[in-house]
Amino acid sequence: MLSAHGLTCVRGDRRLFAQLDLGVSPGEWLHVRGENGAGKTSLLRLLAGLSQPAEGEIRWCGQPIKASDSTYRQNLLFFGHHGALKEDLTALENLGFSAAMDGATFAEAEALKALYQFGLKGREELPVRVLSAGQKRRVMLARLALRKAPLWVLDEPFTALDVKAVDLLSRLITDHVAGGGMAVLTSHQTMPIPGGRVVQL
Amino acid sequence: MNALLAVMRRDLLMVMRRKSEVLTALFFFVIVSSLFPLGIGPEPVLLRKIAPGVLWVGALLATMLGLQRMFAADHADGTLEQMAISPTPLVVLVLGKVLAHWLVSGLPLVLIAPVLGLQFDLDTEALGVLMLALLLGTPLLSLIGAIGAALTLGVRGGGVLLSLLVLPLYVPALIFGAGAVESHISGLGAGGHLSLLAALLTLAAFFAPWAATAALRIALE
Amino acid sequence: MSNRLINWFKFASPATFYPLAGKMIPLFWTLAAAFGAVGLWLSFFVAPTDATQGEGYRIIFIHVPTSWMSMFIYMVMAGWAAMGLSLNARLSSMMAQALAPTGALMAFLSLWTGAFWGKPMWGTWWVWDARLTSELILFFLYLGFMALQASIDDPRRADKAGAIVALVGVVNVPIIYFSVKWWNTLHQGASVSINKSPAMVTTMLWGMLLMALCLWMYSIAMALTRVRAIILERESHTDWVKQLNEVKA
Repeated sequence: MLSAHGLTCVRGDRRLFAQLDLGVSPGEWLHVRGENGAGKTSLLRLLAGLSQPAEGEIRWCGQPIKASDSTYRQNLLFFGHHGALKEDLTALENLGFSAAMDGATFAEAEALKALYQFGLKGREELPVRVLSAGQKRRVMLARLALRKAPLWVLDEPFTALDVKAVDLLSRLITDHVAGGGMAVLTSHQTMPIPGGRVVQL
Repeated sequence: MNALLAVMRRDLLMVMRRKSEVLTALFFFVIVSSLFPLGIGPEPVLLRKIAPGVLWVGALLATMLGLQRMFAADHADGTLEQMAISPTPLVVLVLGKVLAHWLVSGLPLVLIAPVLGLQFDLDTEALGVLMLALLLGTPLLSLIGAIGAALTLGVRGGGVLLSLLVLPLYVPALIFGAGAVESHISGLGAGGHLSLLAALLTLAAFFAPWAATAALRIALE
Repeated sequence: MSNRLINWFKFASPATFYPLAGKMIPLFWTLAAAFGAVGLWLSFFVAPTDATQGEGYRIIFIHVPTSWMSMFIYMVMAGWAAMGLSLNARLSSMMAQALAPTGALMAFLSLWTGAFWGKPMWGTWWVWDARLTSELILFFLYLGFMALQASIDDPRRADKAGAIVALVGVVNVPIIYFSVKWWNTLHQGASVSINKSPAMVTTMLWGMLLMALCLWMYSIAMALTRVRAIILERESHTDWVKQLNEVKA
């Protein structure tokens, strides 16, 4: 349902990649691989609609994604390098704000359940600033679980996660894909997720 | 609408947890306004004459101090990116942030201006006009400032560059805002100036959020 | 060339525009020199001495054309920038970038000549009249545009951000001018006004017109020269630039 044709990405005066084609259908996931600086993050940001390709087109269900296309964004969940958390707010408040932005109703009970599921019981009322890096990433996992978006575009999602959390995230992604969702990930590690095609930059 | 209120509530919540930000602009306004009599002399007739201009320039500079942080923090921790790809149109979220900025940086100036006006021996009616002018003018300053803040996101020399970009655009607000109080004092009535200020505010309310949104998307590329 | 119609879009690429600009530059310098020669002769030798202001008023033949050009160039610059933003055309944005310093120079000259006019006439170096004050603000708008572009490393981001500044500026210039005029009429203190120019005789008008044309040709020549330098800098990684004689040397 997500397809891209002839994608060319230019950063400054360096051409990172040219004429790239890719596609993801429900039940599939892509593993974007490449060396540092090959353009993995740039590709994901193109797919998220944050930047425009120098050439080429990206389509969601046959329609081009434009900067102001809210249909695509309703179905997209993107995580970049930053944690995307406000340090002065609590984990619960952060999830509440994300839900409001996503146009979803915020069920506090459900959010709490998600936070507990990812090992943050007792920490949901603390400002995020006092959590460890790994715990901050776990809040991101909670958001993944709460927001029901078909397409996940995740940039280095396994960073700063301990073994248990890697396991949790892998299971999340596996279940998501098995249930008809789609995912595009970058990671330097091999991921214990079945299926998946590789896009090598 | 829900998202706009959510953004405002979020920004206000964060400011409440770090109260120093509200007070910085306020103290700056008070201090700068108090410096002028020290530099010029305490003669009441002179002070009454320069009061509208001095207070307005003070308000302008105080607003400018707080402009940088409108988007910078969100940009640094990745939440701005999330806002740019959320289903809610970015323009709505930007408007929410501008409103929150005004509540924190602009409204306190409106409320403390009468106190400062007394320092300059302005009469009660003039103080009323001053408050009204600032009430119309400070949101205008936040709106125009948002464009500058968005353009200079993450750019070297941000603060000074922001001033250079935004101060020329502030000139009409300054002229009509200070002019309103002056006309009132000289007996000509502030109506004309205030209407023009209101017109500028309406114009800015429609166009500035779009310009700021475009600038943000450019900064996020 | 079997197809007689010129395909204008061919020149939208830096590679094809570069040589074309190179050929046009000498033409514009010549025109500038010609207009300038006639214009200056008219201004300083033919136009009659003013009854009240003597010979000193002649600075108007520099002051007024530079003011006109500073505003005209800002419009053109904003137009190019808008095109660069909406059509995603690099060359249009480069033209805007090339025009800005010349426009700023015109504004600066306008301010200086205004000051030189004011001093012998009214004894002050600066007069807060509506036009001069608006000119000063226009100068700041130019500086802001240039400073923003200089501070942003990524050229495409600089182009687009500059375009927004230019467009916001273009919308605001009339508002600023109106507000400054309003301010000026209310504070009638100094009754000096550069608007009170001497009654215009035909030769004076011709002098100003020719000087304006001279400056216009000069601006085009400068902008084209500058845009060639910008093209070389920004396209330095492309093959066609590496093949150029001036680069290989």
